[in-house]
Amino acid sequence: MSFVQEAMQAVMKKAIALAPDGWIPGGHPDPLMREKHGLIGASISRIDGPLKVAGQARFAAEFPMEGLTYAALRHSTIARGRIVSLDTTQAEAAPGVVLVMTHLNAPRLKPTPPFGSKPQAAGGDDVPVMQDDRIHWNGQPVAVVLAETQDQADHAQSLIRVQYEVQGGVTSLDAARAQGPEPGKFQGELLKVEIKDAEALFAAAPVKVDAVYRTPPHNHNPIELHAATLAWEGDELRVHDATQAVAHAAWTLSQVFDIKEAQVHVTSPFVGGGFGSKTLWQHQILAAAAARLAGRPVRIVVSREGVFRIVGGRALTEQRVAIGAQQDGGFDAIIHTGLTVMTPHNAMTEPFIVATRSAYAAKSFKLEVDTVKLNMVANTFMRAPGEAVGTFALESAIDELAAELGMDPIALRSRNEPEQDPTNGLPFSQRGVEQAWKTGAERFGWETRNATPGATRDGDWLVGVGCATATYPYYRMAGGAARIILDRTGRAVVEIAAHEMGMGTATAHTQVVAERLGLSLDQVEFRYGDTAFPGLVLAGGSQQTASIGSAVIVAHRTLVTELLKLAGNDSPLAGLKPDEVGGLDGGLCKLDEPGRCESYASILARAQRETLTVEGEAPPPLELQHWSMHSHGAMFCEVRVNAITGETRVSRFLGSFDCGRILNAKTAASQFRGGIIMGLGLALMEDAQFDERTGRIMNPSLAEYHVPVHMDVPEIEVMWTDEPDPHAPMGARGIGEIGITGVGAAVANAVFNATGKRVRDLPITLDKLL
Amino acid sequence: MRLTINGRQVEADVDVRTSLLDLLRDHLGLPGTKKGCNQGACGACTVLADGERINSCLALAVQYDGREVTTIEGVGAPGALHPLQRAFVEHDGFQCGYCTPGQICSAIGMAAELERGLPSYVTGDLDAETIELTHDELRERMSGNLCRCGAYNGIVDAIRETFGQIAEDAGKREAA
Amino acid sequence: MTPFLYERAADRQGALALGARAGASYLGGGTNLVDLMRETIAHPELLVDVTGLSREIEDTPEGGLRIGAGVKNTAVAGDRRVRQRYPLLAQAILAGASAQIRNMATTGGNILQRTRCAYFYDDAARCNKRAPGAGCDAVEGFNRIHAILGASPACVATHPSDMCVALAALEATVTLEGQDGGREIAFADLHRLPGETPEVETQLRPGELITAVTLPPNGLAARSTYRKVRDRASYAFALVSVAAGLELEGGVIGDVRLALGGVAHKPWRAHAAEAALKGRPATESVFREAAEAELAPARPLRDNGFKIELARRVIVDTLVKLARTEETV
Repeated sequence: MSFVQEAMQAVMKKAIALAPDGWIPGGHPDPLMREKHGLIGASISRIDGPLKVAGQARFAAEFPMEGLTYAALRHSTIARGRIVSLDTTQAEAAPGVVLVMTHLNAPRLKPTPPFGSKPQAAGGDDVPVMQDDRIHWNGQPVAVVLAETQDQADHAQSLIRVQYEVQGGVTSLDAARAQGPEPGKFQGELLKVEIKDAEALFAAAPVKVDAVYRTPPHNHNPIELHAATLAWEGDELRVHDATQAVAHAAWTLSQVFDIKEAQVHVTSPFVGGGFGSKTLWQHQILAAAAARLAGRPVRIVVSREGVFRIVGGRALTEQRVAIGAQQDGGFDAIIHTGLTVMTPHNAMTEPFIVATRSAYAAKSFKLEVDTVKLNMVANTFMRAPGEAVGTFALESAIDELAAELGMDPIALRSRNEPEQDPTNGLPFSQRGVEQAWKTGAERFGWETRNATPGATRDGDWLVGVGCATATYPYYRMAGGAARIILDRTGRAVVEIAAHEMGMGTATAHTQVVAERLGLSLDQVEFRYGDTAFPGLVLAGGSQQTASIGSAVIVAHRTLVTELLKLAGNDSPLAGLKPDEVGGLDGGLCKLDEPGRCESYASILARAQRETLTVEGEAPPPLELQHWSMHSHGAMFCEVRVNAITGETRVSRFLGSFDCGRILNAKTAASQFRGGIIMGLGLALMEDAQFDERTGRIMNPSLAEYHVPVHMDVPEIEVMWTDEPDPHAPMGARGIGEIGITGVGAAVANAVFNATGKRVRDLPITLDKLL
Repeated sequence: MRLTINGRQVEADVDVRTSLLDLLRDHLGLPGTKKGCNQGACGACTVLADGERINSCLALAVQYDGREVTTIEGVGAPGALHPLQRAFVEHDGFQCGYCTPGQICSAIGMAAELERGLPSYVTGDLDAETIELTHDELRERMSGNLCRCGAYNGIVDAIRETFGQIAEDAGKREAA
Repeated sequence: MTPFLYERAADRQGALALGARAGASYLGGGTNLVDLMRETIAHPELLVDVTGLSREIEDTPEGGLRIGAGVKNTAVAGDRRVRQRYPLLAQAILAGASAQIRNMATTGGNILQRTRCAYFYDDAARCNKRAPGAGCDAVEGFNRIHAILGASPACVATHPSDMCVALAALEATVTLEGQDGGREIAFADLHRLPGETPEVETQLRPGELITAVTLPPNGLAARSTYRKVRDRASYAFALVSVAAGLELEGGVIGDVRLALGGVAHKPWRAHAAEAALKGRPATESVFREAAEAELAPARPLRDNGFKIELARRVIVDTLVKLARTEETV
């Protein structure tokens, strides 16, 4: 970006910050917030539940196709270099083999636009996909086999002989560090904040903590393997994908295959978990290329090992947090700096300082992320990128400082509660973190704890409690769009290219639309997961709800405007403006005169219309630059640490959240719990073991990469303020990621309370407590 | 090869390498049973073979010649759900739904094991005639079924609601 | 998976005849072998399915139990006689894997399961088990789960079974059948230490089949326990496990059995510790001395040094608790 562009951008940003609220999306509260006792917030079971429990929800690898072939990938075993020779003769001769594709015969493909390079781009990296002999990471696909059955394909790939020439490659953190760090960027902005001289204020502070915290690489490991079933129909590509970004996937595939976006049709009605991983990686591109070459449909189901090899995870971090404070706990300086790794072929920095930018007031700040590059599979977004691991460091340090000060850690947090965003100065849209702490502490019984570390024992078990702040911002990405089709029977269909990975999207938005239109749940059908529908909606960044919601608001307004036009002068609604009416009992009513109504069926019938179809596009997300919009949670944890073995068991957990309006109490509780449980994994066991000699992940399985099992998970209590954010669609801020934040620190702080040992290096395995 | 699947006799002529899981998913059009790891580490592929829960990914189909296999499709369908399936919906015992068929088949197998008085690693008295389905017993017995969405609390609630009475009933039968 | 032939053995003689063929491998529940075949670590040309054979648990005339090699892990752990007379074995089996796997896995198969070493499982790595003479990438790699006792420069892998640790403590014997007849060997002698030939994991001769495991009359039922320490609360391999049985005569240790899991290439019978315990008073300091004696030769690798301290603590604590236990039988 040129200096002029940057200057213009800064001016625009300032202008948006200073603009009157009314000019900004969210400036007028969503009228839906009026409804206090309707479908919004109701505890409604998932509408797709019966299909899922009966095994009838169709996932990507389950779509039948005539003449299907099965794909298997061969992965490189070196981290950097070139392929010297490839012998595929045995593989080609193996029974059932339809095609062996390597860089020697793969169709010529255009580069994959990586994430962030364009709004619609979804590539995990920008490495040419099987176009040359270069190897960029250990695990990169070097061949694809198509066969009549999966077993035949798997066996044939094992018969391919590959020889490599190793050419350098950086696979150790020390070697990467030696090459010199580069500044990290996230969402186009430098991850750097400096306010006053934080180092000097820190040095002068009477009380201080200063420590380094480390987190290992993580993998998302949704239980559904990455998969696609796809076919070419002439020059059109149809893909049944497991993706959290159908429109992005279609556009990106169209670029790679040099065809029009409309020639790629992607569907993804059910996704078996994503957590940031279900975007576009090489497997869909390779399967589509092989399908074109073979002239047959292809099903690719990446093996579990393959997922570790070709789908990136969360990068490791090494974070310094230093806090200087006055004796009363007031912060003079917050320093949060450190290092994370990325690759030469992607642009994703694990932005571990993002939570620290707006969590606490302080006189000075120094926040900065440096990156170094490793030859590894491109790291990517994983549930709460930045916050999940950043809050481990920050909230551990807060706890350490509280111990240093002899203060209650909740009181210390409260002492430093900011009045406005401490680093960008914007007003908060709504902030109920204090309320979350208060209600959570009461419920958990925080007051009754023994603050002395190592003082509570139950038989062999040392018992401790800890807490931490959870936080995640409100996001909304540009591109939201929705179609509403209202028919003469008074039923509405909403179509939007959004996703259901288990978040409860389909259910919650059926509720929202029904409430907005004044219909019952069974009168509304929410269609999603298909590029035939409008919108560029990523199920990521906890922003899908806002993206859908803001698009539906616009489409709905258009719908109401059109309905009033159609209603004409013979309607009881004659002469009313869109702002004066709302959806009620299957029609429109004047807001302050509930008797003055006409049903949708009546309006359409009189206008002799079978259906009314409208589309709306969400406005640009300027609210993000006008308010500081963040959700919070107060996380409480009780652990039992075995005094003999060091085994840590979480015996109680409570999350008290302030996330704006909750749309569905049942599915929201599951989202919170699910995030917390992934946080327990992060705290206690998750660690992708990257062998620095070879750049190879050595535990690429669910047997050796541990995630929590039933026995690791206690009953988890969740609660929320339900205070609407006046500037967010529906008053809701998105809840998919906040659950994982703060958990690492809450567990580590509880372990400290139980044992007196401070573990700053995740995961907290028993060897660190012996 | 001949198997009875969900009460129906089926014949299949497949490669001996074919796992029971792939037989179901790729050859018999029963994709309700899921592939999550293909190495016995996640439990998504759990089915019942002669009433016992197994990981169908590690089972060579030929080894199950002549056996009776029940998959999620045989447990219940929308409109005619098994009480456990209904409880999963009610207690939100899933999010993405991918591990769910395995969790449900596993829980049905677990209930049968409990009814037979089989102990687990957390059973205090190995020689007890009946074993109560405590929170620990349930979680230990279900630990072979991973849920990455973290719906464990709901799964436990659904199973307890459906099968919580088993131990008690078995006790009564013993007494009678 | 490399193509192979499959035969279901109708009887023992048939099994042995098939098992004598080149490239033959016996197949139990498949929970380990099928995985290894899929990972292209194992390439049998013929699978001889023996799950239909040796499916009984029988009382022996001496008062012990004879468990057929084809009996499923669940059936062993659920057997009333095992639960009453050999609770250590039931506990160890129930500590392993998941219910689904225990429903599939056979006694014979459990005994012959292979290591979980990541470098053994990754055919891109060097491994002397897979390719004798190739070298071992675990020695200087990730070796948190690896051996502290009895390892060699050629191999530092551990045996992953829980059941086998109990069988070692119980002084079981194993019945092997070959085409030349049968033989009984002590369970403790079945598995080998790696030495220079880590690819040879047991004393089994080519074509030989495990048909039964026999438990002697003394099941240590009065005071015994299996304690497993692992990285998550269930469904994980042991970092360290201890199978222990203790007989006390007026506060003095009589018979004692101690075996360790997760520490060596084989289920590790702790003979040194047992020698240090026999005839001594059952006190914590004696237990500590015994643990020290056993672990004196332990050698840590890069990541597994903690196992030495962990094993010491778990041995001592397990014995302390056993000594305190009221006699239950």
